[in-house]
Amino acid sequence: MSSIIKFIADLLSAPQILIGIIVLIGLIAQRKAAHEVIRGTLKAVLGFIILQQGAGILVGSLDYFGQLFQEAFGVQGVVPNNEAIVSLALNDYATATAAIMVIGMIANIVIARFSRLKYIFLTGHHTLYMAALIGVVLTVAGLEGFVLYLFGGLALGLTMVIFPAIADPTMKKIVGNDEIGFGHFSSITYWLSGEVGKIVGKDSKSTEEMKFPKWLGFLRDSSVAIGLTMLVMFLIVTLMSGPAFVADELGIGENYIVFAFIQALIFAAGVYIVLAGVRMVIAEIVPAFKGWADKIVPESKPALDCPIVFPYAPNAVLIGFLVSFLGGIVGMLILIALNGTVILPGVIPHFFVGATAGVFGNATGGRRGAVVGSFVNGVVITFLPLLLMPVLGDLGFANTTFSDADFIGTGIVLGNVALWGKWAVLVFIAVAFAAPIVYHYVVPEKAEAPE
Amino acid sequence: MKINKIACICGSGLGSSFLVEMNVKDVLKDLDLTEIDVEHMDLGSAWPGVADLIVCGSDLEDNCKKFGETLSLNNIMDKEELRKKLEALLEDKGLVE
Repeated sequence: MSSIIKFIADLLSAPQILIGIIVLIGLIAQRKAAHEVIRGTLKAVLGFIILQQGAGILVGSLDYFGQLFQEAFGVQGVVPNNEAIVSLALNDYATATAAIMVIGMIANIVIARFSRLKYIFLTGHHTLYMAALIGVVLTVAGLEGFVLYLFGGLALGLTMVIFPAIADPTMKKIVGNDEIGFGHFSSITYWLSGEVGKIVGKDSKSTEEMKFPKWLGFLRDSSVAIGLTMLVMFLIVTLMSGPAFVADELGIGENYIVFAFIQALIFAAGVYIVLAGVRMVIAEIVPAFKGWADKIVPESKPALDCPIVFPYAPNAVLIGFLVSFLGGIVGMLILIALNGTVILPGVIPHFFVGATAGVFGNATGGRRGAVVGSFVNGVVITFLPLLLMPVLGDLGFANTTFSDADFIGTGIVLGNVALWGKWAVLVFIAVAFAAPIVYHYVVPEKAEAPE
Repeated sequence: MKINKIACICGSGLGSSFLVEMNVKDVLKDLDLTEIDVEHMDLGSAWPGVADLIVCGSDLEDNCKKFGETLSLNNIMDKEELRKKLEALLEDKGLVE
């Protein structure tokens, strides 16, 4: 008898299996054919395992990078990369992440149904990353078990409607209609870029009246961009540390330049593998979520991933990336001068987020808006992670961290409320969750939705 | 030429291309062409010949062309734009009446 109980307990506590069970239930509930159910369930479990394996690869390379950076500059260097930090978080918080993700998606549908925040957040990988962040922060705050899953899920559901609402006014301006929402967890800096654009961009012409070299487009390939940036960063820290450190302290036999070259690309390969895993995990979850949401909240607005705005202003995309990256480098130099923990310019945050900030800045303030807005984005996402690291527990000491402003902002808010105690977080989440729903039923319909 | 496989591509192969894939599948279902395989990926995973047709946003058109015939969308989330362009293309190939 006890062996059966152990079997069930082990089964449910293995996060890979838990994901599989969730997907299995989802597929059966959709009345899919048997072969579809088997395929989908197995692929979700496989995806999760691939994701975890990618984590191991990333850790090896990041560990070397951290030691080299420490040697070269005398301080901790952190590479912000969502995929890296999430894959690490899943080592210890996988069950919480999976449970929070599912409850969060249900909570999203509930808020969309019963309030005026009609967004359905369809960027599945960001839902997963936010679930991981919330799982970590609330666990560090002392929550556990069902309470953690439920309140974590409510918090996640809330972020899935609040952040699209923050991005919405500028989004309308970019797209020209009010049919789609914006679902990418960097809305804080996108909003900021839009506001900055309003201030600085008077009479500035649109970025789209400029000509840009086409070849820069090769950087749109994210594995090329990551590989290239890590290559530069690894070469700098390795050259500064010198061959003796690599040979004696790290115990590397091969030439130190060759070592740097290979480790940089191992990092890029690790991110690629993690992404492949994420893709497989969410591939079954998102369509099911979308299907239920369409049924339950027919008037909902899908909140979609950031590249949806890229075709509206391709030049602003390039300006945004380059200027945001520049902002990241300036921020990094300031941090090196201050002699504290240094946040390095991560490629993906500047690449996708900087680019989107450029589009938002352009929409409100033309060229000047795009340049200044994305620069502000670059600087903000360099300094903000420093406030997040203390609330991440042991993960705060990893050589990587969350890179996008909404993850960081959510973590900082929840983590700091938690300093008042467990109950403070529970009350805070419950009140925040109820607010838009109560508002909807108390305040007459004519008033604008909050935010 | 027959179309067996369509690849939807975006920068990271996670969000946008996935939603385009769902839209392409919907359109194909309406046209009764469900035997065509549809998948999504990032630019780095594509190679020449990866699919018989590639669907992407207009910003990535130049990057995708080298992998095969490309259908680019001005508004990557606009299902009606996709429907119009895809139907026209399939008609040219004689796959729909």
